[in-house]
Parts: sequence; structure tokens; C-alpha cells
Amino acid sequence: MTGIQIVQSANTVPERVVLNDELNAYMETSDEWISTRTGIKQRHVSTGQTTSDLCTSVAQKLLNQAGWQASDLDFIVVATMSPDYQTPATAAIVQGRIGAAKAFAFDLNAACSGFIYGLKVAEGLLQVAGNRGMLIGGEVLSKLIDWHERSTAVLFGDGAAGVLLANRAESGSAFLATDLQTLGDLGDRLTAGYQPVDSVFTTDATDAHRRYFEMDGRAVYKFATHQVPESIERAVQKAGLLVQDVDYFILHQANQRIIDQIAKRLDQPSDKFLSNVARFGNTSAASIPILLDEVIQDGTLQRGQTIALSGFGGGLTVGTQIIKY
Amino acid sequence: MTNDEIFSKVQAIIVDQTGEDADKVTMTTNIKQDLDADSLDIFEVINEIEDEFDIKIETEEGIETVSDLVTFVEKQLAAKDKE
Repeated sequence: MTGIQIVQSANTVPERVVLNDELNAYMETSDEWISTRTGIKQRHVSTGQTTSDLCTSVAQKLLNQAGWQASDLDFIVVATMSPDYQTPATAAIVQGRIGAAKAFAFDLNAACSGFIYGLKVAEGLLQVAGNRGMLIGGEVLSKLIDWHERSTAVLFGDGAAGVLLANRAESGSAFLATDLQTLGDLGDRLTAGYQPVDSVFTTDATDAHRRYFEMDGRAVYKFATHQVPESIERAVQKAGLLVQDVDYFILHQANQRIIDQIAKRLDQPSDKFLSNVARFGNTSAASIPILLDEVIQDGTLQRGQTIALSGFGGGLTVGTQIIKY
Repeated sequence: MTNDEIFSKVQAIIVDQTGEDADKVTMTTNIKQDLDADSLDIFEVINEIEDEFDIKIETEEGIETVSDLVTFVEKQLAAKDKE
């Protein structure tokens, strides 16, 4: 247990909202088909904003809300699978734009578990490399989607959200326990953004047509509905708690049916499983912090309550962080 | 395990997932058409069957009726007994 506090949270999503029915123009689908299978009614989609644009907006909101100066920050970590560049890192772009001269900055990629992996990394950094950190999950997944492929295109959205973290043992807030697992042998069940080897020396052509999301739906469904409840149970146990001690479960927002199934497997009431997948779709590393920010801002989540944050997705990765907020 | 025992376990899983009455789930029931089950319902039914019988169902292709499922489970269990 470490006395780390989520000081502030904020989110930024693109203004453009795309309703399910609008997708009909690009592929054969319908609001009824999408919403019964996923719970998704709409998603926010970038009309040109980059991942670093969304993340910079989040960073500025966080500093304004906390009354911190950019120079107060010791580090900035961005969890993303859709960065603007291979280099510079999204976090470095954010650091430069907000003028956080003292902060070191880097990206981390654990796909839809990225924010949870990032929390663990930030917790470690706060023990050894400073007292004030910024963690943002940000994605522009729309650039990794084949907008004519209905099995994946209907699922995803763009957005960013983040938190300011500080070492505040006296606050009563704490990171209680973490469980992280990676199932790399199942990595090919969910892929996006393949980068073909294409140089003057290339002799074996690699497949250039795998830029977009490809997913084995049943394998990913099975992975999520089995691994997430187990991860939550391990993390809760490490925290010395029971599953029923958790006030709210904030799960990666991939699909309402997956969330419902996880609730059922954990034998916990569905109203403890907060959800906004209907309005944002799956925003990968941004989904957990967007939901966390919403429930902080609307007062659902109160200081002193215990939350389980759990991510799952590409890698395949899964992770749970238990926090006393 | 007898065919009847497999059927009653499969029936219970389908009833639990689709919310249908048990008497509507017979050997000849077509899972997608008769029960209005969508792809995620099928995922979950297969999930539960894999867990219940400790078998692996690699593909849902060719599985349309409850009878198809029961026969599949029967074959898998028989193959497991031989190992």
C-alpha cells in the first residue's frame, strides 16, 4: 500500500459525435444491431485532432483545476496505442506544449490496459523519482479503423483523460494493490497498426494490409470474461479485502455485455459497475480515466470509497488496480 | 455421461443465457433462429459449455441446433476419455 492520491481528473473528447445510424453510410449496420450487441449508441471521432492535441488539452485542464504550475510536475506518462509518431512520444509533445520543463516524459503501450499499467508505473515513479506526476490515457483509434468493416468499426471511439497523482500519505487516499497479467501467446487475437518491413533491403515482402484493427471476437470475449474477474479477485485479495468491499468497479469500456458478464461472474450487483460505453464506445487506454473523471465530477465517487479499476485488451493484457479514493 | 445428462446441462446453460423457458429449448431447437440469440449469446453459451465440460470448442461453425451442441460435447468427451 502506498499513500498516493488522485488529486485531479479531467477528460477531453473530440466534439464530433457519430451516432450508430450514421455508420450506415459506410457499412451495412444499424443502431439496433450495434446497441443490442455492445450497448454503444454513439462515439466521439476526431476530425483532425491528434492524440497529442487531446492529451495536451487534458494536461492543461488538470493543471488549471489543481492550481499547479507545469513546472511542478516531476513526470508525464501517456498510455496510448495510437500515438502521433513513433518518436517523439506523445508525452514528450505534451511536456513541450505545456512547458513542464522539469518533467521527464514517455509513452507506455499496453493497449486497453494502458491506464492500469500506467498507474503501476506512476506509483513506482512516485517512490523514487518525485512527488507529482501526470498520467494520461489518450487515443485516436479512428485512424486504425477500417471504416467499411462493421465487425470492428462500430466498436471504437476517440478521446483522452488523465489524472494528477501525488504522494500524500496523510490524505487517507492510497493505492492498495495491483494485479497485472500479460498473455502474449494470445497476442494475435487482437491486432492493429502493423508496420510492414519496407526498406531498400527488403526481400521478403511483409503484409502491408494489416494496418487496421483485426479481432477474433470470441477469443477476446472469452479472455475478457474469464481473466478480468480473476484479476479483480487476485487484486482484492492482495489488498486484504473481499470483492463486496469494493464500492465501484470501473472497467475498461469495451462492451456493455462484457461488463454485465463480469458482474455476473463476480456475483456483484450491476449498479456497482459504472458505465459510459453507450456514449463513448471503446476508447482503449482512455476509457477508464474518462469514466473515472465523469464519476468524480458528478459526485458518484466520494473520497474514502474503494474502487477497482480493471483494464483488458491487446497484448493480450489485463490489469486491476484497487484504490482508496 | 449420457446423452440426456449432457442435454440437460446444455439446456440449463442456454436457458440461463437467453432467458427462454426450459420447455422451449429442445434437441431440435435452432439456437440463433428459434431463440433469437445473437453472436454474443452464442459466445457465452460456448464459454459456459467449455467451462462446464472442460472441453475446447475451437469454432462455432456448424453448430446450429441444440442437438449439434450435444453431439459435439459427446464427441469431445469421448475423445478425452481415450487420452
